[in-house]
Amino acid sequence: MASTTDVGTTGGTTASGRSATQQVDRRTWGSLPGWLRRVILLAVLLALWQLAATLNETEPASIVGPWPTAQAFVEGWADGDLASSTLTTMRLLGLSMLIGMAVAAVLTTFAQWTRLGQDVLTLLTSILNPLPGIAVLPFAILWFGLSESAIVFVVANAVVWPIAANISTGFRTVPPTLTMVGRNLGLRGVRLVRDVLIPAALPSIITGLKTGWAFGWRTIIAAEIVFGVSGAKGGLGFYINDARTFLNVDAGFAGIVSIAIIGIALESAFGLLERRTVVRWGMKALA
Amino acid sequence: METVSTPGAQATSGGDGPLLRVEHVGIDYVTGGRRVTAVGDVSFEVRPREKIILLGPSGCGKSTLLKAIAGFLQPSAGRISVAGRDRLRPGPDRAVVFQEFDQLFPWRTVADNVAYPLRVTGRPRAEAAQVAARFVEMTGLTPAADRYPHQLSGGMKQRVAIARALALDPTILLMDEPFGSLDAQTRTRLQRELNEIVARTHVTLLFVTHSIQEAILLGDRVVVLSHSPSSVREIVDVSAIADPDAEAFVHVRRKLRGLLARDGEEVEGGVDD
Repeated sequence: MASTTDVGTTGGTTASGRSATQQVDRRTWGSLPGWLRRVILLAVLLALWQLAATLNETEPASIVGPWPTAQAFVEGWADGDLASSTLTTMRLLGLSMLIGMAVAAVLTTFAQWTRLGQDVLTLLTSILNPLPGIAVLPFAILWFGLSESAIVFVVANAVVWPIAANISTGFRTVPPTLTMVGRNLGLRGVRLVRDVLIPAALPSIITGLKTGWAFGWRTIIAAEIVFGVSGAKGGLGFYINDARTFLNVDAGFAGIVSIAIIGIALESAFGLLERRTVVRWGMKALA
Repeated sequence: METVSTPGAQATSGGDGPLLRVEHVGIDYVTGGRRVTAVGDVSFEVRPREKIILLGPSGCGKSTLLKAIAGFLQPSAGRISVAGRDRLRPGPDRAVVFQEFDQLFPWRTVADNVAYPLRVTGRPRAEAAQVAARFVEMTGLTPAADRYPHQLSGGMKQRVAIARALALDPTILLMDEPFGSLDAQTRTRLQRELNEIVARTHVTLLFVTHSIQEAILLGDRVVVLSHSPSSVREIVDVSAIADPDAEAFVHVRRKLRGLLARDGEEVEGGVDD
């Protein structure tokens, strides 16, 4: 590595400051650049995966290595199977998020206006937020049948509570001075909410959406796998389960990789949104 | 005088009646099921272009009184009228500068913190930006115009708040201990700057403080309030006194200190030197 020699030379020239020289010479894991650390770890991970695949060579395969997975990934996206499954999942998740956000908006509005609304919201979130969303799936199936409605119900229920709880906290913790400044300008009602309260509560609102999406993402994949088991079609969870049923292990792995990539992408999108807004405005420290 | 919209008109027609009239005002509030009287019976008047200081011990209800004048709460007794109108709602004709540093909109730059209220009160975007730039300049903030509040020091934040309030061209500028959270040096500098700006803009000022020094430096008249439930102990003319080393300054300071100390409360002297 060229950089190692460079540092070595500089260290040699400053022979007088011995302790400093020693510090520079000792290359620790932490002194490597962040991207390099991630690349190395990823390579190790892939190697371990390959090792596991090689050691478990059965016919038909129950574990496939990174390369066949990559091939199945490209193939799945090219022939549209993975793409349409992903689209189904994202469509249902998006619909559930919209419903969750609407319900959360109504609940938090009542919580802002009335003491009763606040008590109801606190009670509901404290009971339903810790409840894994998937737990209500059996009854959702009983009520809605093996339909998309059942999935949307379960996922919307999973996302609404973290969103409502966070937005409500956000509004309650708006600095009173800031609200007074808004009123001092003559702002009232909707305008005060839009121009002062919502931006002031934005850190909590984004946190709520982020948590809501993460809950929803886990729940929808789980719900689709259960549906896959029950014989209904559609979605990434179903895709994985279907691949397992027909022993298309490489396709199943490609499905898991897709789920991971989408998860990472949305996570970074929220990160980007935060850096562009609340972090830039000093309303939230960089995580 | 009905509704005063331009300071020029107000300044020329001014000099006759008082702009702000506080008549036998009492303010109660309910806390923990108990009714507490914060302001007992307070009366005073502010004439156009006057600088009036509300001076009183901590917790005497002077901030409560200012909030009532701003329209955030209604007096339980008496009457507050501004330019002839009473039953006041909050409005930009009584722009408020608060003590808290978080009074700026964190998501707006310095320039936009000053310009946004102008847009809210009906100025076109370009004109708002122009007027804002003038007041940003007046408060020495032009180099920081594009910064966000979290990138500013406490003193700069308070300057932005002052620029924002002045840009609204208020009938009366209300200031609630705006320098109370600043270090002594910054505080002295901002007091001097405020004096210059007020002299230039001819704004009518109502300023709340518990610092005797600040009251004498900034005010024309000082309304000394007693302990809560407060009443007016005395109104002291300090208009001709500016030099802190002058005999008259020392004399008036002793007098104000005596008025405050009558409650047996220890007078906060730390900020006086």
